[in-house]
Amino acid sequence: MLRLEGVEVRLGEFRLTADLAVSRGALCAVIGPSGSGKSTLLNTIAGFLAPEAGRVTWGDADLTDLAPGARPVSVIFQDQNLFPHLTVAENVGLGLRPTLNLSADDRAQVEAALGRVGLAGLGQRRPAALSGGQQSRVALARMLLMARPVVLLDEPFSALGPALKAEMLDLVAELARETGATCLIITHEPGDARRIASHVILVDDGRAAPPVETAALFADPPEALRRYLG
Amino acid sequence: MSARPVLEAQHRAGAAAAALVLALTLGTLAAVALRAEAPAALGMADWAAVRFTVTQAVLSATLSCLLAIPVARALARRRFPGRGLLVTLLGAPFILPVIVAVLGLLAVFGRAGLVSQGLAFLGLPPVDIYGLHGVVLAHVFFNLPLATRLILQGWLAIPSERFRLAATLGLGPAEIARILERPMLRDALPGAFAVIFLVCLTSFAVALTLGGGPRATTVELAIYQAFTYEFDLGRAALLALVQVALTLLAALFALRAAVPAAMGAGLDRAVERWDAGTAGLRALDTGLLAAVSLFLLLPLGAVAAAGAASLAGLPASVWLATLRSLAVALGSAGLTLMLALPIALLVERLRGRAGSALVEGIGYLTVAASPLVMGTGLFILLFPLADPAALALPVTATVNAAMTLPFALRALIPALREAEASYGRLADSLGIEGGARLRLLILPRLRRALGFSAGIAAAFSMGDLGVIALFANPEIATLPLQLYRLMAAYRMDDALGAALVLMAASLALFWVFDRGGRVNAPA
Repeated sequence: MLRLEGVEVRLGEFRLTADLAVSRGALCAVIGPSGSGKSTLLNTIAGFLAPEAGRVTWGDADLTDLAPGARPVSVIFQDQNLFPHLTVAENVGLGLRPTLNLSADDRAQVEAALGRVGLAGLGQRRPAALSGGQQSRVALARMLLMARPVVLLDEPFSALGPALKAEMLDLVAELARETGATCLIITHEPGDARRIASHVILVDDGRAAPPVETAALFADPPEALRRYLG
Repeated sequence: MSARPVLEAQHRAGAAAAALVLALTLGTLAAVALRAEAPAALGMADWAAVRFTVTQAVLSATLSCLLAIPVARALARRRFPGRGLLVTLLGAPFILPVIVAVLGLLAVFGRAGLVSQGLAFLGLPPVDIYGLHGVVLAHVFFNLPLATRLILQGWLAIPSERFRLAATLGLGPAEIARILERPMLRDALPGAFAVIFLVCLTSFAVALTLGGGPRATTVELAIYQAFTYEFDLGRAALLALVQVALTLLAALFALRAAVPAAMGAGLDRAVERWDAGTAGLRALDTGLLAAVSLFLLLPLGAVAAAGAASLAGLPASVWLATLRSLAVALGSAGLTLMLALPIALLVERLRGRAGSALVEGIGYLTVAASPLVMGTGLFILLFPLADPAALALPVTATVNAAMTLPFALRALIPALREAEASYGRLADSLGIEGGARLRLLILPRLRRALGFSAGIAAAFSMGDLGVIALFANPEIATLPLQLYRLMAAYRMDDALGAALVLMAASLALFWVFDRGGRVNAPA
């Protein structure tokens, strides 16, 4: 279980509070108006922001003081998910070894992960030689290899067209099911949440609400969600 | 901001580099100060040197900036074949050895030069290049291109939409100048002036070759003379303090004027203009650009043409000196990176804390340092320990590396900030730290800036005629010093040949390093 206990994050004037728990293996959409604090929530779980109060825990482990790389968390950002000067295989390999000293076995795993996301044989290319959708797949392949139990996705496919985005969301859901990872994915589109998410965290007015089952939430939207949906 | 573990090793390397810079600047200054006599010892000749230094620097900076305005305007509003080449040519004097340019200017404006020959043809007396006007001419040769590039940056920073708006409002050249161009110049000119003034304050090689005598001696030259001719360490030290006071004042002024970056990118764009289409303005711009091209190319062409003829017969001492200079250049390039990279990393690590600005400030300290002061200080410090002549080459490489440091930091710090801003969080989330971060993120993203820094460090020290003159005995001359000796001995053919070798070596060194940073570098 991923818990945020009495968490308070301050960014200049902005303040976000969160007191919630996400159960293991849930695929949780994070929705809310822009500027409401969705990214702040994810950055706190990822370790890029230190909370002023409260703690972040995974199971029995307190993550609050851990560096981002030391947390059981992998992150897929909105952009800049790949180092442009490294090959696709190297970018994926970083998920196994941050020093990139890859053994033959590691390389085989990289190739297998690339195959799983439909990029077999493209390992030697640079990211610039791939399409936007393919670049997202590289990031997902690395996420697979990192095999961290928590996966955070910050509007990862917002630059893709609707069909491609749906395809990528389905791939995320598939991979999450296969690996049993707990996922939090930020999205602007209620449709995205309905498509793949088991739960929804609504972030509004500086507060992240505990997750609610997706179907139940949209069947009877609270006031804040109604305002957001318009 | 994150709970990232502090990287002790990188901190220490950066702190050590900053400490070395402090030792080279303030440490040598202290060594000099301890040897200095009371201020009363400044004689008439010394005050004359101060006056001359300031006068020529003001004249050089003013002329360079004033002439650069119409040239930059012409470059900003005209598109023609070879424009990119001309912009590149404007970058060349920055890395050109001073002594080569002086030789080229002598070939054009000297007593036996092209201009004097033309005057003789008309029955007029030859021009005399020695003295204040010669020093200023050489400084304008070096700094007019620099000023043009800096001001051109300002012109190209005006959004093209503004010119489009001006065109739809029917504004003519005079209105555009008042509304768009003069405000830009008010911002850009003080910085350009300050940089050039600072450069000219520490002028040594130009004054050594074209000045001299009681009426045209800079403080730097006076330090050298006190040191080598009279071996009066106390007076050299006193003059060194005067020099530092001058440069510090100028540097404070320069800092206030927001010094522009040397690595100007994106100058290959011409702004679409609708107001400058008249035949008169076209002729004006064409004439200006042709005149500047000639002013830059004639001296260099003269060196190349005359030098090529005597290449085959160059004495072995010139080739030996070339090898020595190459070794100094490579050592200086390596040392510059070894100083600049740890300092840049530390500045970035401490970002947001007070220490960051302090470390960065130390890195830029050598802007206000004078190489001869640094050299004098090192001489005083090393004299009891070792034969200074034996250390001449390492000291030359070290002082040049220190002098290049501000340019290297100017290129490295923004590139590092950009790399961390774009990919730092990704690297954090993947746990890429320490050596792996350097290898996988920082060095690849900094390739261009590192190549550029190594390039100017190598070119600067290849062509440096400054510190080496303090230290060297005849057996271990670098190429610029050997060239100066050939000039002093009136062996002009050999001097021109050596100048061609020196020019080619400096430009090639810069090109190789700068190119190395760009080839296959992903965007």
